[in-house]
Amino acid sequence: MRDLVKEPLVQVEDLKMHFPIYSGVLRRHTGDVKAVDGVSFSIQPGETLGLVGESGCGKSTVGRALLRLYEPTAGRVIIEGEDIATLDAETLRKKRPSMQMVFQDPQASLNPRMTLSAIISEPMVEHSTMSADERQARVFELMDAVGLNRRFANRYPHEFSGGQRQRIGIARALALNPKFIVCDEPIAALDVSIQAQVVNLLEDLQDKLGLTYLFISHDLSMVRHIADRVAVMYLGRIAELSPRDALYAQPLHPYAEALLSAVNEPDPNRARRERIILTGDVPSPANPPKGCTFCTRCPKVMDICRQDRPELAEVQPGRFVACHLYTKAAGSTGASEVYEPTQQGAN
Amino acid sequence: MPDGAAPVLDVRGLKTVFRTRGGEIHAVNSVSFHLKRGEVLGVVGESGSGKSVTMMSLIGLLPTPPAEVRAGTVMLDERDLLKISPEELRQVRGARIGFVFQDPMTSLNPVFTVGMQIMEPLREHMGMDKKQAETRAVELLELVGIPDARKRLKSYPHQFSGGMRQRVMIAIALACNPDVLIADEPTTALDVTIQAQILELVKELRKKLGMAIIWITHDLGVIANIADRVMVMYGGQVAEHGPVKELFADPRHPYTRALLKTIPSISGQREARLQVIEGQPPILNAAPTACPFRARCTHSHARCAAENPLRRAVDGTALGQGHDVACHWSPEAADA
Ligand SMILES: Nc1ncnc2c1ncn2[C@@H]1O[C@H](COP(=O)(O)OP(=O)(O)OP(=O)(O)O)[C@@H](O)[C@H]1O
Ligand SMILES: Nc1ncnc2c1ncn2[C@@H]1O[C@H](COP(=O)(O)OP(=O)(O)OP(=O)(O)O)[C@@H](O)[C@H]1O
Ligand SMILES: [Mg+2]
Ligand SMILES: [Mg+2]
Repeated sequence: MRDLVKEPLVQVEDLKMHFPIYSGVLRRHTGDVKAVDGVSFSIQPGETLGLVGESGCGKSTVGRALLRLYEPTAGRVIIEGEDIATLDAETLRKKRPSMQMVFQDPQASLNPRMTLSAIISEPMVEHSTMSADERQARVFELMDAVGLNRRFANRYPHEFSGGQRQRIGIARALALNPKFIVCDEPIAALDVSIQAQVVNLLEDLQDKLGLTYLFISHDLSMVRHIADRVAVMYLGRIAELSPRDALYAQPLHPYAEALLSAVNEPDPNRARRERIILTGDVPSPANPPKGCTFCTRCPKVMDICRQDRPELAEVQPGRFVACHLYTKAAGSTGASEVYEPTQQGAN
Repeated sequence: MPDGAAPVLDVRGLKTVFRTRGGEIHAVNSVSFHLKRGEVLGVVGESGSGKSVTMMSLIGLLPTPPAEVRAGTVMLDERDLLKISPEELRQVRGARIGFVFQDPMTSLNPVFTVGMQIMEPLREHMGMDKKQAETRAVELLELVGIPDARKRLKSYPHQFSGGMRQRVMIAIALACNPDVLIADEPTTALDVTIQAQILELVKELRKKLGMAIIWITHDLGVIANIADRVMVMYGGQVAEHGPVKELFADPRHPYTRALLKTIPSISGQREARLQVIEGQPPILNAAPTACPFRARCTHSHARCAAENPLRRAVDGTALGQGHDVACHWSPEAADA
């Protein structure tokens, strides 16, 4: 977290993304997958917000809706003062170069008929006035930056290994010097040394150009390394949003606690710490439980949790948690009075 | 596992080459390893080092051309998989060897529902009727932690999240209770709690059914958790191989040693900058005549350029049975 008084670069307010479910022969609309169901957060310029959480909890959907690769069902996404969710096509196109995404599925996002060089230069052709020579020079520069050998420039995507393909996607996202990048599992397919190389690169670019990142990852050690603040999602909502060090030292939300306890120590000769194993039904985003969405699996569940849905609230300075354990009136009346917010942050 | 038990899978001297417009790519060079019943072999190594190509070569899944398996034997019990007919191989793949691909979106068919894709091998190899197959498919999806499994059978792959698709792949691979499971980066898209659940499931299957498992991953934490032995690959070759605890405690290959230093930690001091292994991976455009790691190695000397090191045992065991390394250098010589 760099400077809290600055205007946030990205501000997300009550974002919802529901996917309709159709069924029967008439394909009637019978329900919705509530992939993202009321998410708010902000990211300061030059900040990295980590986004972690269970598989299927809506992280990629948040990332896509943020860049309007999906049309959000509800909510506002303000990037540099403009509401992305309502921009017309032409204004959006002009804004595209400044916001980019590195996709989770590298294979699916690379055109199999284009060479590596063509893939990386495509956004430059589309959005810049660079000459062919300038583009080629930039392609080589980017290939060096992500650790791809220049001699691979004329190969096609299928001729690369999984990790090599992921790096093509990263080089492409960087081509136009964006301000804001959604990195969706950018390093999952890479070996640790290249992960380190890519993360160092992202950090260098941030220092040099002031880039802002939403960094979606399952790798909690890497998130600890790169993120300034971390949002932990569960079933379409944010369970906890805290500064990195505070979260890793002491997670407040029971889901965050369970998640952090499950990390594998990368050494078989070292004893691992106590792991919290979650039991109970894993709910579906098409049919979330009443009350707190984590109540079916929470080791600390209380009666109120099955009734009232806790809102994200600031429970310690800078730490936002959606959990009845931290509301004053927990268990009694159900009225959730909370800590007075001391500074802007979660929204 | 009792020592000396015959391996279920025994791979010797495997060589795979791609013929491309730009010349040959020697992706796999004389790779040998074996796998006993109920054993988990972890495979790690640099991106592009030939892990996926090695495994795809075993079971004939590489398109030929451009790929060509030039040499080697792959014995599954008494049969050499490189010699049997395509039809026999297809049977082996469905029923005896389960495979989880690295890229779930390309290996799931976008036009069929997830349910159809899980039920297909059940009907074809297990002789189940539609109803039985459906029941088993729901069971499998539940095993891998997909909520609302029965309803989800009707979804298409693009309606699943990255991690859910990966779990579908795992369910398909496990469908016919294979003797050997080859899992290529099967949990990269999974959060740690679901990953833990999958690892527990795999350990249980190993114990209950004696399933033998090859687990390819970049996550050394996962390796530390489930592998009995580890094989480290570099530049299309086996750089180092050994029991998991020994390999972590006493890595012998300079690549392995560098690799273990690059992991950020979850506890302790947070490092300002992550360690990387400087330099570029080898191009692999010719059969190796020198050590592929030498250009990046801090211990390389004249011999490394003149002679590609063979694997040698470092703990007095027979080659391939204990800890071995393909390197001319040794830490003891350096200390002396
Ligand atoms: N196009 C779609 N149609 C219907 N449902 C969808 C669609 N895309 C995603 N979903 C559903 O929305 C939920 C959230 O998916 P999302 O891809 O955002 O998860 P995620 O947090 O990125 O998970 P992972 O860590 O596994 O990548 C899932 O239940 C998924 O099935
Ligand atoms: N169809 C192909 N044509 C040419 N070269 C290929 C082809 N497929 C793979 N290769 C090359 O073979 C080498 C080994 O690739 P492989 O996919 O086995 O790597 P890997 O170890 O699985 O890497 P990763 O960890 O990134 O998945 C790589 O250098 C890759 O570029
Ligand atoms: Mg995702
Ligand atoms: Mg691979």
